[in-house]
Amino acid sequence: MRQITFREALNESLRYNMRNDDRVFCWGEDIGVLGGAFGVTAGLINEFGPGRVIDTPLSEIAIVGAGIGAALGGLRPVVEIMYIDFTPGCMDMIINQMAKIHYMFGGQSKVPMVLRIVTGAMGENAAQHSQSFYSFFVHTPGLIVVTPTTPYDAKGLLNTSIASENPVIFVENKRTVNIKGEVPEENYTIPFGNADVKRQGEDLTIVATQALVYDALKVAEEMEKEGVSIEVVDPRTLKPLDKETIFNSVRKTGRLIVADEGCIHCGIASEISALVAQEIIEYLDAPVIRVGSPDTPCPFSPPLEKAYIPGKQELREAIAKIM
Amino acid sequence: MQIDNETKIRMLKEMLKIRSFEEKIQELYHAGYIPGSMHLSTGQEAVPVGVCLNLLKSDYLLSSHRGHGHVLAKGGEYKYMMAELYGKKTGYCGGKGGSMHFANVKIGVLGTNGIVGGGICIAAGVGFSIKYQKSEKVTVCFFGDGAANTGAFHEGLNFAAVLKAPVVFIIENNQYAISVPRKLSDCVEDLSIRAAGYNMPGVTVDGNDVMAVYETAKTAVERARSGGGPALIECRTYRWHGHHAGEPKDGLVYRSQEEIDSWKEKCPIKRLREALIAGNIITEKEVDTLEKEFQQELERAIDFAEKSPYPDAEALYENVYIDEG
Ligand SMILES: Cc1ncc(C[n+]2csc(CCOP(=O)(O)OP(=O)(O)O)c2C)c(N)n1
Repeated sequence: MRQITFREALNESLRYNMRNDDRVFCWGEDIGVLGGAFGVTAGLINEFGPGRVIDTPLSEIAIVGAGIGAALGGLRPVVEIMYIDFTPGCMDMIINQMAKIHYMFGGQSKVPMVLRIVTGAMGENAAQHSQSFYSFFVHTPGLIVVTPTTPYDAKGLLNTSIASENPVIFVENKRTVNIKGEVPEENYTIPFGNADVKRQGEDLTIVATQALVYDALKVAEEMEKEGVSIEVVDPRTLKPLDKETIFNSVRKTGRLIVADEGCIHCGIASEISALVAQEIIEYLDAPVIRVGSPDTPCPFSPPLEKAYIPGKQELREAIAKIM
Repeated sequence: MQIDNETKIRMLKEMLKIRSFEEKIQELYHAGYIPGSMHLSTGQEAVPVGVCLNLLKSDYLLSSHRGHGHVLAKGGEYKYMMAELYGKKTGYCGGKGGSMHFANVKIGVLGTNGIVGGGICIAAGVGFSIKYQKSEKVTVCFFGDGAANTGAFHEGLNFAAVLKAPVVFIIENNQYAISVPRKLSDCVEDLSIRAAGYNMPGVTVDGNDVMAVYETAKTAVERARSGGGPALIECRTYRWHGHHAGEPKDGLVYRSQEEIDSWKEKCPIKRLREALIAGNIITEKEVDTLEKEFQQELERAIDFAEKSPYPDAEALYENVYIDEG
């Protein structure tokens, strides 16, 4: 099958949806001529014009807030905030408005809006451009949180997100944006709350998200040679979370590592660990281990950043401990 | 206002200090010596220099992601800045910050900022602390035209006005926020008119004319220092290069070569240099010597940065909290 990058898969989905539904439009900083900081919207302005692919002022509160307003008015906004690090500046719009309008007003109105954000540490961008705190959004009732890993998942899940009647936080990890994978040319959707077993195994389950899925798959391959059979489960959406697929895997293997780039404390890895402990602890043969970023901001200096970013090394250490 | 020759020479010197630094680190960045991302202020040197020549060492400064020039104009030293850019332990922030997050509290530089508009409200509070403690310091806060469209800009200026805080807000209007031009970002001609909404003085000035920036800033700084409250100054200027070092096509995706060239014609350094030489205030040879001295100092700074160690592994966990025993 044809191979395209994660970035191209998203671009394809945006094009498809804009061609097929006039209500869909995009706005954000530098998404027009520049095609977005990571190239996801490249070329869209040429096809759809500046009336539907809108470069905004540098005004995050208005970008999200007016996006919500446009959704209330009947449109389907796909809004981009360049880095997750800039969402705290407009958190009120996300947490108090976008997430709550449907509930608070007794179900009368809806906010069918997609908020695309980029996360992850890479390339020495230091404390304010390297974060992965989407667990904040999982912690907020009313939001769907989507964390695709592969180009295939990216396209299918963005299609589902744009079609969804609910507000969606769509998380794109820097380290996966340029990775290629098989993507069908035709259109398709992937339901929310549907985890994907990215690799079958018998001895250990690694539940991983985004860039850490690739790391887990590489480490699993290495470990296969040493006789450890690892299953890699990718939740793909954190809210709703497909508990059953995770539980089924843990019931089979009896061991669990949860790997997510967010800071370990109070992150999604903690939530998944807690669910397993609460509901199927009798299947565990060893304590659960969480792998993630340390409880520090991301430092600039290359060796420190390297130590900060969780990856293969941290997974290997966790496996050595758990087996 | 009469500006004495000594000050004019200092203006040239300080601008050369910034230009030499930006050009050298651009070279080093492209050669792979400097990691991360970096925003150059080449072409905008008159703004930090014109403003900071009015400041005392004890005055405060807050800046943006494009902050090298502000730090240098406030007294930053090449070697510690270079070491920070290299991610070394000897840098101003011990390698934790890098280009976007310089600070040197000893000379009043409270921080450049990776978050656009991040310093504006903070500046209002720093100004309040000055007033509260009945000190005579002043705070200056630099940011771009893009930042003037954040909510923080409006809240920060309004609060500074209400507090009558001694803060001079400087919009370094280089016409673009990354690729987005002014015409897609706001509907005013002069951003400085926004000051009227907060009842503070607002002035737009040619940001490539260091003497005009100096004089405008002088009025605002003196007013703030003597209890008159905040002011807003918009300096019209232009960045010569891409938004960040290594931006594809160095900014040409959204700007024309003619536009860039026309602004290079208005180079603030060339302008002052020619005026000073024509006025017999400095000689060609003296300018060359100045430039050579900066080059030598840069070589020493690079050497210092290269020879410095990276932070120790434990540094990752240090400074998250202050240890209170
Ligand atoms: C809150 C926030 N939004 C977006 C960005 C990404 N970004 C970095 S610089 C920049 C443009 C800033 O424009 P301006 O304030 O005019 O400063 P300039 O870069 O022109 O000096 C953008 C959008 C950011 N760092 N912070």
